[in-house]
Amino acid sequence: MSDFLAGLCIAILPFLALGLWLGRRTARPQNLGGLGTPVEHATFQTLHTASLAAPPLRAGLTEETARRSARRLRTLLGTDALCLTDREGVLTWDGVGGHHRAEIMERLAGPLDSGRGEAFPLTCDHADCPVRWAVVAPLTVDDRVHGALVACAPRESAVLVRAAGEVARWVSVQLELADLDQSRTKLIEAEIKALRAQISPHFIFNSLAVIASFVRTDPERARELLLEFADFTRYSFRRHGDFTTLADELHAIDHYLALVRARFGDRLAVTLQIAPEVLPVALPFLCLQPLVENAVKHGLEGKADTCHIQITAQDAGAEALVVIEDDGAGMDPVLLRRILAGEVSPSGGIGLSNVDDRLRQVYGDDYGLVIETAVGAGMKITTRVPKYQPGVHSAARVLPE
Amino acid sequence: MNSAYAVPAVALVVVATVLVGAFGLRISRTTSDFYVASRTVGPRLNAAAISGEYLSAASFLGIAGLVLVQGPDMLWYPVGYAAGYLVLLLFVAAPLRRSGAYTLPDFAEARLASQAVRRLAGTFVVGVGWLYLLPQLQGAGLTLTVLTGAPDSAGGLIVAVVVTAIVAAGGMRSITFVQAFQYWLKLTALLVPALFLVLAWQGDGGARRAFDEPPAFREQRSVRVDDTLDLRLDRPLTVTVDGTVDGRPHDGTVLRLPAGTHRIDAGTRLTFARGTPVPTAERGSNGGMSTSLAAGREERPLYATYGLILATFLGTMGLPHVVVRFYTSPHGVAARRTTVAVLALIGGFYLLPPVYGALGRVYAPELALTGDADAAVLLLPDRVIGGLGGDLLGALVAGGAFAAFLSTASGLTMAVAGVLAQDVLPTRGVRHFRLGTGLAMAVPLAASLLVGGLPVADAVGLAFAVSASSFCPLLVLGIWWRRLTPPGAAAGMLVGGGSAFVAVAATMAGLPVTGGLHALLAWPALWSVPLGFLTMVLVSLATPGRVPPGTAAILARFHLPEELRAEERRATEERRATEERRAAKDLKAREIEA
Repeated sequence: MSDFLAGLCIAILPFLALGLWLGRRTARPQNLGGLGTPVEHATFQTLHTASLAAPPLRAGLTEETARRSARRLRTLLGTDALCLTDREGVLTWDGVGGHHRAEIMERLAGPLDSGRGEAFPLTCDHADCPVRWAVVAPLTVDDRVHGALVACAPRESAVLVRAAGEVARWVSVQLELADLDQSRTKLIEAEIKALRAQISPHFIFNSLAVIASFVRTDPERARELLLEFADFTRYSFRRHGDFTTLADELHAIDHYLALVRARFGDRLAVTLQIAPEVLPVALPFLCLQPLVENAVKHGLEGKADTCHIQITAQDAGAEALVVIEDDGAGMDPVLLRRILAGEVSPSGGIGLSNVDDRLRQVYGDDYGLVIETAVGAGMKITTRVPKYQPGVHSAARVLPE
Repeated sequence: MNSAYAVPAVALVVVATVLVGAFGLRISRTTSDFYVASRTVGPRLNAAAISGEYLSAASFLGIAGLVLVQGPDMLWYPVGYAAGYLVLLLFVAAPLRRSGAYTLPDFAEARLASQAVRRLAGTFVVGVGWLYLLPQLQGAGLTLTVLTGAPDSAGGLIVAVVVTAIVAAGGMRSITFVQAFQYWLKLTALLVPALFLVLAWQGDGGARRAFDEPPAFREQRSVRVDDTLDLRLDRPLTVTVDGTVDGRPHDGTVLRLPAGTHRIDAGTRLTFARGTPVPTAERGSNGGMSTSLAAGREERPLYATYGLILATFLGTMGLPHVVVRFYTSPHGVAARRTTVAVLALIGGFYLLPPVYGALGRVYAPELALTGDADAAVLLLPDRVIGGLGGDLLGALVAGGAFAAFLSTASGLTMAVAGVLAQDVLPTRGVRHFRLGTGLAMAVPLAASLLVGGLPVADAVGLAFAVSASSFCPLLVLGIWWRRLTPPGAAAGMLVGGGSAFVAVAATMAGLPVTGGLHALLAWPALWSVPLGFLTMVLVSLATPGRVPPGTAAILARFHLPEELRAEERRATEERRATEERRAAKDLKAREIEA
């Protein structure tokens, strides 16, 4: 018997979970039953319906969003049929009388051009068709007519004309917001492109100077360094794709370090701890190299002896954890905070704030850089990179065989 | 069984696992080793890791027990477990890797761009993971009981605590090395004793009648019946009884039981003479891994076999801990190579458990009677070889069995905890991953303590059935059919996986149904998988407007090899550059004209 009960418990679990989820999905705002007068009640009801219709429209006017919002809008207007169109055709028809689609599109040409509302009778062969009048209210965004909201009713009604006009204006506002959303996304994309890291001019200058110094004394070394330089610049200047893999990024760091070591020799000691599981992780292009560059700069600053840099990449469940640590001069946390907030411009290079900005743009604010530092105590930079993020795909094959 | 050797062996395995897990990565490298440090996981290493994670208690102990009790029909289990990777290789491996998805919910989101489907897939991952964790804990309990006589729940508790501690503390940093190590450990732990056992069997005159006739006792043997059981006799049997048979107490009397069914009470000791055929036990729902679904099999053997084949062939691709391992492959081709290597490694491993099953039928036939058939692998070395050698080999097998629980349980816990932390708990982060780990282990542990005597080991087969009915349609249609829509995927998973889950729950609850219905519920895959596919296809066809935008591009990314995509992009860039140059030339020409 206890077996049976236990099995039952296991069987009930998924249904409980499903119920909970459905409950949360369909939850209404608190029941307003005893609250307010009937008029206020009606207002609440209207506002609630309107708020339910808004989210789909925020994605712009498409068949999908029109279909999802039309039902709510029809409830709001209380008509027999409601139709949303764009400039070309009917996007969705909610309610009865769908056979009037073609007729309505013919009559829409005028209102779509003039941007003014209109009401007209419909001709119909069906004796019992309840749709006799159509009220057209254009949807305008920035003075451009994007489409129309058509409400159909059995008879002419001035109230409906007024109500349809108001609803159309409300829908227009939502569409304007959708437009704003879109331009914000575009802005972010542009920003990401603009932020796309470039290698610092100092680095190019210093590398070439170092290579030049080897040309006479050690031509073979100079040749190797030139090749490293070529590889690194090819990686940094490549134009396709915004994302790369951790493996490729680490290789770019390797080329970079080879050039730096040529300049500073034994003063630089780098230790690596890389979990092979996280090497295929996709991440924004050149988002670790600036951190290493930063570590090198801070590590060697005002120090005569060796600078240790530790690069660690760990597997942490659904994320990869990358830590870059140096034992250099460190930094005043207050100053660092101001640099990251964009109040003070950093002294050179593209710096930490750029990387921080890009990581936040791509993965959300939870995934910014975490920096632990104090004057004279070195600096430890931790980044978390999700293994999967929608829209993040590395551009090319990880490594040659 | 001598626990003086086995317990240190188990402890050694646990310690070795923790050490490899925690310090495999600690070997620091300097920049001169850069290429070594940043080498991606090769197909062979990854394949060993996948195999290590995949070969669970059911494979290590269960198959031998099944073969011992029910004969060669049960070989479909290892065949199915291995062949699942063939289906995975043909239809899923490379596109899944190219999708960039880490978990199954990730795949659902990448393909269908729907949060609702993602959450649903997450729910199923957690459900399948829990179903699969349950038998690991039960198996650990059984092993420890056989080794030391500890109570049933102790082994499960130890595995749960060890795994939760390791995973939550982030000790599985170098999980690939740990799991690959576990594979080779498990293979050694079965292979070496198997060689000795076969040699002993050869030296013994090689009794060759393992499956031809009902097994018989090779020497006088006394069997203690732990659970009350019904003994079915085809012919009369003479046995010495110390306990209660058919309600009548006996005290060391020689009984001649006539043909028919006899009830033996718990605690009764039966002593069989040499050469007596081993009687078969009828068992309700109180059996171990190998006896539980026997009733359903006997009634509809063909149906049950096909149900098993379908579930194991199609269920492998939906196992959460297998899917996440493919992310480690650097690209689609490597994922495919990995799968081929997995097929070889797992195929090799599965040759061994049936050997134990067959030898168990010869040397330890009474295990079929006591319900401890799963312990055959653990007991055989002692039984056949004996002495110090037997003890040492027994300890090796015990260590291997614990490796099986640890590796599968840790892989599953990580997969389930990952989904819990990402999709169920409110925000992401390391702390929530720890919380998820606790939750991922707590539920199956509680269930295993709660349902102690249930035939949960079938949960492995049942977990396969649920996975085959929910994730197989999602993956196969998601990868190969461009008209799949989010509502279709959700409906298919709910109907297919949900119905399989209900059937599983009904079976585990021991619903008092018999005949055809029992077989249908005990082996749901044969109807629930087509149901899942059909629902997914029909609902998708009914909602053509909901095909996610960009499906063509997504499918192209799934199917095109990475080099090709890189080349295509390079070509596009060159074209753009040429166009820009031409435009500049045109402009210059126009300026000159002006």
